[in-house]
Amino acid sequence: MNGDLRTPLARARGLGSAKAGVHHWWAQRLTAIALIPLVVWFAISLVMMSGAEYEVVRAWIGSPVVMVLLILTIAVGLHHAQLGIQVVIEDYVHSDGFKLALIVVVRFLAVFVGLAAIVAILNVGFGG
Amino acid sequence: MSVANRPVHRPLSPHLQVYKWQLTSVLSILHRATGIALAVGALYLTVWVMFAAATPATYAMFQSFNTSILGRIFLGGWLFCGFYHLCNGIRHLFWDAGYGFELKDAYRSGWTVVAVSLIATAASWIVGLRLV
Repeated sequence: MNGDLRTPLARARGLGSAKAGVHHWWAQRLTAIALIPLVVWFAISLVMMSGAEYEVVRAWIGSPVVMVLLILTIAVGLHHAQLGIQVVIEDYVHSDGFKLALIVVVRFLAVFVGLAAIVAILNVGFGG
Repeated sequence: MSVANRPVHRPLSPHLQVYKWQLTSVLSILHRATGIALAVGALYLTVWVMFAAATPATYAMFQSFNTSILGRIFLGGWLFCGFYHLCNGIRHLFWDAGYGFELKDAYRSGWTVVAVSLIATAASWIVGLRLV
C-alpha cells in the first residue's frame, strides 16, 4: 500500500470515465436522430431553391420557420460532421501529435463555418 | 530487452486489399465516404447563404455555377450522398438498438438502403431538373 491510507475504491474514483465515456457516441446518435427530419426537409428545399432567383431565395431564407430550420440544420449537421470526421481521423491518423492537431482544426473549422452561416442567415432575415 | 518492453507488432485491421468485396463492407465504406462528402457539402451550404446575404450580382455569380453542368453534378451528387447517408444512418440506429444483426437481415436492410437512396435520388433529380 506504500503508506496510502485510502481504500482501493477511493483511489479508483475519478480515474475512470466518470460516466462521460459514452458522450461522443451518444452525441453522434442524438444529432443523427435530429438530422433525419432536418435533412429530408433540407433536401426537398435544396431541389426547390437551387435554381431560384435572388429575391425568392432571400424571402425563403428570411421567413421565420425556414430561418429556424436552416440554423438547426447547419448547427446540428456540423456538430454531427465534426464528431464523424473525428472518428475517421482517430482511425486513420496514427501520429499522436498530427491526430490531435487535425481534431482541433476540424472542431475550430466547424464552429467557424457554423457561425458564418448563422450570421449570414440572420443577416438575410433581419438585415435591411 | 524483456518480453514486456519489446515492441508489439500486432496485425492492423482492416486489411481492405485481402478481403473479398461484399455488400456489407462496401456499404460501410460508402457510409464514411458520403459522410466526408456531406461535411464538404456543408461548406457549400454556408457559401450559399453567405452569397444570398450579399448583393444580387454576387448571388448571380453563384447561381450561374449552381445551374451549370458542374453545379448540377455537384448538387445531384450531394443529394445522393445525403439520401444514402440518411438511409444507412437509420440502419445504423437500428443496429445500435440491437436489431438486424443476422446476416440475412443485414443484407436485406443493405439492399433496402441501396434501393431507397437510389429512388429518392432519382426522384429529386427529376423534380429538380423540371424546375430549372
